[in-house]
Amino acid sequence: MNILNTILIFAVAILAVFGEAALPGLRHLFGAQVDLLPVLMVYAALNASLTTVSLLAIFGGLWFDALSANPLGVTILPLFVVGLVIFSQRDLILRELSFAQIILGTVASAVVPALTVLLLLTGGKSPLLGWGSLWQWLVMTAGGAVATPVIFALFNWLHRAFGYQPRTETSFRTDREILRGRN
Amino acid sequence: MFKQKNYLALGAVALVAVLVFSLPPRATDRLKLAIGSLFLPLLGLAKTAQQLPVAVADAALTRRELLQEVENLHRENDQLKVMALQTGATARENDQLREALNWQQQVPWKLKLANVVLRDPANWWRSIEIDLGTRDGVFENLPVLTADGLVGRVSSAGLTRSQVVLLGDPNCKASALVENPAHDTGVINASGPLDNSLVELTYLSGGANLKPGQGVITSGLGGIFPKGIPIGQIVDSRSVEYGLYTEARVKLSANLGALEQVWVLLP
Repeated sequence: MNILNTILIFAVAILAVFGEAALPGLRHLFGAQVDLLPVLMVYAALNASLTTVSLLAIFGGLWFDALSANPLGVTILPLFVVGLVIFSQRDLILRELSFAQIILGTVASAVVPALTVLLLLTGGKSPLLGWGSLWQWLVMTAGGAVATPVIFALFNWLHRAFGYQPRTETSFRTDREILRGRN
Repeated sequence: MFKQKNYLALGAVALVAVLVFSLPPRATDRLKLAIGSLFLPLLGLAKTAQQLPVAVADAALTRRELLQEVENLHRENDQLKVMALQTGATARENDQLREALNWQQQVPWKLKLANVVLRDPANWWRSIEIDLGTRDGVFENLPVLTADGLVGRVSSAGLTRSQVVLLGDPNCKASALVENPAHDTGVINASGPLDNSLVELTYLSGGANLKPGQGVITSGLGGIFPKGIPIGQIVDSRSVEYGLYTEARVKLSANLGALEQVWVLLP
């Protein structure tokens, strides 16, 4: 189950990064592309091991940066910080509730790009920023919020489709003897 | 709040990030292209998926529509032939005059068509990936354009793919010349992050007389872009730094939001 979960998370991550680079539809509509890696990090932090969270931050960040003009590795830390904070508090989070998923998706989708831009500025890079960036940040945050329950539902479906179903207990007790007859 | 293994994981991930982040630029570029090659199978799938609706639409075209299209293309081809004759005559005359004045002869442009395969997933950069690389003779800083005008320059080149920074990205600056009587020169700079059809033309002289609609072309200064590639048209201008210099907004000729194929200008 854990290996399947990790494989599914990485498969969805690579498809998400590719989709962001290959499908500019949202950018044409709203002026910004929605990033699904923070959403996936929320899912991984709530449902996978710390190793998976760490590997998702490393490989997800590297995949994203490889297709972007970002310096390679700049997205790793923001993703991991968000993942680690959620992972350390996950016993207190009602992960099955859509409301909790939306809140976590909103926060993660807002924090990851903000931290990435902060790291870029700290590293002496000059990304394209302006008042319009606030709108883009809002679109990314709202997009992440909407996408989080969808991603959770997708993973539930994938688990049902590819995972072993839990064995249902039979109501028949083998140690029970049925006596027939009168009295 | 944090257990020991959390700190260990944080340390390990931070170490990886710092290691990758501090690689020399050349190694980073190679690593980027190597990691990016993971997406090649997906690129093939996406291309097929994109071609499918086109194939379906083509199959639905009637014979009459196709004949009309052929007729239009014949007419356009004839017009272009006449224009090519005129341009050829002008070019010959230009060569003769250059020879008479002992000027260096102009080398004709060598162009290579490239498909745009990916766009930058980050919202704070403007770049694309094209399907030409070093094996096709592409290398860093080559100009990239469309039939409408300048698009940007190659920022890094791998074996089969290259990254192109577009006009309007902070890493793509171009020396530009306004087609007015004074031939004012300035530098094309980044503008806002939302509208990718507008760029800023900065460092124009304080007394620059700019009017909306005036053309802007590359000036040939800077050594990357040859002179005469159309960039766009002046939208408006304003005086900055107490009249010390002028800035103008330029509407780009090329539609950067809908790039599908571009030309790489080879040396």
